[in-house]
Amino acid sequence: MKLILIGLFSGIISGMGIGGGVILIPSLVLLSNIEQIQAQGINLVVFIPSAVIALITHNKEGNLDSKHNKKIIIGGLTGAIIGSLLATQIEENNLRSYFGIFLLGVGIYELFKKNRS
Amino acid sequence: MKNNNFKLLSLGLITGIINGLFGSGGGMIIVPALGYFLGLKEYKAHATAISIILPITIISTIVYFLSNSISIATSLFVMAGSLLGSYIGAKSLKKIPSKILSKAFGCVIIYTALRMIFQ
Repeated sequence: MKLILIGLFSGIISGMGIGGGVILIPSLVLLSNIEQIQAQGINLVVFIPSAVIALITHNKEGNLDSKHNKKIIIGGLTGAIIGSLLATQIEENNLRSYFGIFLLGVGIYELFKKNRS
Repeated sequence: MKNNNFKLLSLGLITGIINGLFGSGGGMIIVPALGYFLGLKEYKAHATAISIILPITIISTIVYFLSNSISIATSLFVMAGSLLGSYIGAKSLKKIPSKILSKAFGCVIIYTALRMIFQ
């Protein structure tokens, strides 16, 4: 039940343009005692169906500008393999701390960014 | 043009590493970068970012899965809640001014980050 509620809350937040993972992963770790790597894995899986639905909608509305995607994605897939392999090798407490440091950066950015329109 | 290719590949690489390493956060890099480097408007940057993060996420999921770092059962529970939540969010929360929202979130995120670091 707790897991569904955590999912529900992060789903609502992610609709507001702030990455759901930023809420979901810490909630799972701090409120549900799930390991950092497991929480990250859950976030990856959860992202897939909502991203597919969002893409179908955006594609219909002509919001995609994909002319540079090929190169970005080639770099991206390489990076994803490197990053994921690293994540699965790093010790639990360290991974959580690194995530925390990344999160701190995200929070500071959110606090001071200027709104573009 | 060469220079541009290098930029695009590096941008992808960094986004992929972050998203794989932290299981999230790729959007935080790629959305502003699409705006800054390619001049995309914010709504287009958001939409296009999803088309870049999706394949990255699928690859990361496979690597995590192969190293036994994914619990399918737990993921399904969270996913059920999350899909319902995104639906509710999309229907009801468009009117909150985003400036106040990002300040409030900034504070919550910083607090959470400190707890993660010092737990």
